[in-house]
Amino acid sequence: MLLRHTPKEISERKALTINPAKTCQPIGAMYAALGIHGCLPHSHGSQGCCAYHRSTLTRHYKEPISAATSSFTEGASVFGGQANLTQAFNNIFTVYNPEIVAVHTTCLSETIGDDLPQIRKKAIKEGKIPEGKEVIGASTPSYVGSHVTGFSNMVKAMTDLAEPTGKKNGKINLIPGWVEPCDMEELKRLTKLMGVGTILFPDTSGVLNSPLTGEYKMFPAGGTTVAELKSTADSMGTLALGEWCSADAARQLDKKHKVPCTVLDMPFGLKATDRFIEALRTIAGVNVPDEIMTERGQLVDLISDMHQYFFHKKVALVGDPDQVIAMTEFLVSIDMCPVHIVTGTPGKKFEKRIREITADMPFEVNVKAKGDFFLLHQWMKNEPVDLLISNTYGKYIARDEDVPLIRWGFPILDRQGHQYFPTVGYKGGLRLLEKILSAIMDRKDRDDPETKFELVL
Amino acid sequence: MGAAEKLVQWNPTDIKAELIKKYPPKVARKRAKQIMINEALENGTPEITANVRTIPGIITMRGCTYAGCKGVIMGPTRDIVNLVHGPIGCSFYAWLTRRNQTDAGPEGPDGENFMNYCFSTDMQDQDIIFGGEKKLEQAIQEAYDLFHPKSIAVFATCPVGLIGDDIHTISRQMKEKLGDCNVYAFSCEGYKGVSQSAGHHIANNQVFRHIVGENDKPVEGKYKINLLGEYNIGGDGFEIDRVFKKCGITNISTFSGNSTYEQFATAHQADLNAVMCHRSINYVADMLETKFGIPWIKVNFIGANATAKSLRKIAAYFEDQELIDKVEAVIAEEMPDVEAAASEILPRTGGKTAMMFVGGSRAHHYKELFDELGMKTISAGYEFGHRDDYEGRRVLPHIKVDADSRNIEEIVVEADETRFSPRKSEEELKALEEGGLKFKDYEGLAPDLEEGTLIIDDLNQYEAEKLVELMKPDIFCAGIKEKFSIQKLGVPMKQLHSYDSGGPYAGFKGAINFYKEIDRLVNSRVWSYMKAPWQENPQLSGTFVWE
Repeated sequence: MLLRHTPKEISERKALTINPAKTCQPIGAMYAALGIHGCLPHSHGSQGCCAYHRSTLTRHYKEPISAATSSFTEGASVFGGQANLTQAFNNIFTVYNPEIVAVHTTCLSETIGDDLPQIRKKAIKEGKIPEGKEVIGASTPSYVGSHVTGFSNMVKAMTDLAEPTGKKNGKINLIPGWVEPCDMEELKRLTKLMGVGTILFPDTSGVLNSPLTGEYKMFPAGGTTVAELKSTADSMGTLALGEWCSADAARQLDKKHKVPCTVLDMPFGLKATDRFIEALRTIAGVNVPDEIMTERGQLVDLISDMHQYFFHKKVALVGDPDQVIAMTEFLVSIDMCPVHIVTGTPGKKFEKRIREITADMPFEVNVKAKGDFFLLHQWMKNEPVDLLISNTYGKYIARDEDVPLIRWGFPILDRQGHQYFPTVGYKGGLRLLEKILSAIMDRKDRDDPETKFELVL
Repeated sequence: MGAAEKLVQWNPTDIKAELIKKYPPKVARKRAKQIMINEALENGTPEITANVRTIPGIITMRGCTYAGCKGVIMGPTRDIVNLVHGPIGCSFYAWLTRRNQTDAGPEGPDGENFMNYCFSTDMQDQDIIFGGEKKLEQAIQEAYDLFHPKSIAVFATCPVGLIGDDIHTISRQMKEKLGDCNVYAFSCEGYKGVSQSAGHHIANNQVFRHIVGENDKPVEGKYKINLLGEYNIGGDGFEIDRVFKKCGITNISTFSGNSTYEQFATAHQADLNAVMCHRSINYVADMLETKFGIPWIKVNFIGANATAKSLRKIAAYFEDQELIDKVEAVIAEEMPDVEAAASEILPRTGGKTAMMFVGGSRAHHYKELFDELGMKTISAGYEFGHRDDYEGRRVLPHIKVDADSRNIEEIVVEADETRFSPRKSEEELKALEEGGLKFKDYEGLAPDLEEGTLIIDDLNQYEAEKLVELMKPDIFCAGIKEKFSIQKLGVPMKQLHSYDSGGPYAGFKGAINFYKEIDRLVNSRVWSYMKAPWQENPQLSGTFVWE
């Protein structure tokens, strides 16, 4: 047993987190920043934070993750990091020449109280930030929220670039939230099929799934351009996918530039995708094309084909709030039973949403925001499940409890392909269903006695 | 591409100039001192600047002090609850990410193994404002109530140092309160020092202060040693232990691969310390000698020849014909397989070139494996080495101690009143030295590299990319952060921190694994697919006509 010391009896823990289902803000800010074209993320703190975030993102996306750091030592921690950051700007623009630097703070620079806007102003004045180059900043203390909060804060910081020209651009802003680069690509495909012009931000497609050609480009072709980000103030409206990841940025554009916004769930599964397409249809006043109708019908068809294997199967689910909410709804919609649901990110709204979605379930659903893997595992020991959906860290529980595992969310460190095969939209739904069925049936084929082992299932 | 077809000529001076050309003048001046052209070996190696601050804004390979302390040194010990006091990130990132393998099996299915767990106080903003001491105290209690470990180690992250939580006092109080659990703390805030190296030092000091020597219950064994600076990445330590066992050598404690609390606690009973990674642990070797009288020698179990050489060194130290014969017998038994693998692979790897930028000893160790593959190391350096790792311990008295190093505690150790006993007399040591066995000595990386090799300290992403473009090595070795930018250039990248998914590479069986892995990497077909057919021959001279 890999987690042999985890007891079945649940005791209250007030101070100790064991096996967290979240990590800290800056890594989210770094991922979001990589979705801007020509952007170098910069971590304002000691170099270890930056190294850890780069390592984790690299392990998940299997792509180079370039990011700079202020490299604080003890001196900077005492006297403030202004000199380090100013020097960093000079070096960054001289050596790497990015279009934009997206600075995020760390526990260290937050605790000593470094003032990013002031440092930026001073650096501009001193000529350390060349003309025509941009610097944005997000406050991302690691002791508030989670990596999801950091993502949201950096996306919000992107709206600081928005500059109304007084002339509408005829587009809608689409904020995808923390999804894979391929998911962002899929969202662009869907909006294109709908005939809706969009500014998608951030957009890591083309950045974190770039081709292997024998050339290394620190700033690959993809990403939302600075010009597009400036233009977000001129859009017809903003669709924010995910309350936790995307809503703050959308509301900021509404507040500052009167760009109206709608917050939707992330379009994982049938119903959330339906609402996404419906929103595009009404906002842009367009018809849903046949191609999308076909895709929807195919998803419904597969649900009906697979239903017999899914019905009333129990699932444990852990991940980030926006994703987990949509996934819970998807599971309920195919008559599966999500019984244990955990996110590491704090937020009362999460538990409320999950309670609403699972209101009709014929049993008690365990749900906790700011829970951890240790608690989830204890719940599973008390009430076993047929399937676990989790990031890679769930594999220890899956092996101990002999439960099939579907890797979904962040980070996935031990499987590949998730960068390329989307799980959003109707097509993403097909992929999720296929993964769920394969996991369940592989287990059945492994476990069935000889008499029950059949060719046709 | 075969080695013979490759016509890349370079001059190290030009390469160095090219590497620093783009920097602002101040940065260029600093980097110039950290890039050394290995030359004039007979007159002593030229000086390199190392263990100095990274430059803000320059994308470094380095991590932090916490990473060196918790991740590298304490991480591989299975039965200590490693509790990180701080916001969640630091604990999360060091959770199972170093591929330290361990085997709690010998202690049965209930053998203690907390390595798969991640413990954190997950500090929130109110803890930062009002202080996190109470929360830490409570977390230690909760960990104890849940797991009853024999030991709990507490690690400070950046904000803890800033707000001044007194983790040492809390640990001491909790140790007294709990009674049967040794609790101690590490002030390893990430901003201390300039790299992971400071963290190794902090970790070793506390292990020595709080654990080593705690258990005097005799350890059985005729030839008792400790292996220092081996972290069991990808099972290296398992292979080295297999070889030791075969030779009849008792390894009391590996610091810290596949290790346990009791192994540390009894380490003072060894008769010899064998040091693998000089950088991370030379302090412990020195302290064990001063306090208990155990001499130390530098060993290297990376590479089959290096392994044989190190085993012979250990046998020579014990001066026992039985052990000397046994070691020779083991080498004779193990080498044929290694030689068979090498002779099969050598025609495909011979003449190829490698670059290595890892750790603070690893680049040196792996050079031996590349030598065995007939591959030339054309550039190398350390992520967090000090001058002595490059130039040898002879420069130790000349290293200037700067403010960043002064922040790291040096503990002064004295001979233990009752337990100090020199394992060898002065005369015996002298006789052994005359026989070629060097104690307390490490010559560093530079003398082992060819003249003209570029030795680069704290390599950064920009220089890495330039080096690869200019010198076109057949393989580049570094860590995960570097992996994909190098591979985008069409050059295979092997991780030598965590070994990608491979290993072990230590010992005899490990050498064979490494030969196969490098053969796979440098001869993979994938590197020939970079250009599409129409890019190879872009000019269209006519159209294809279907008959």
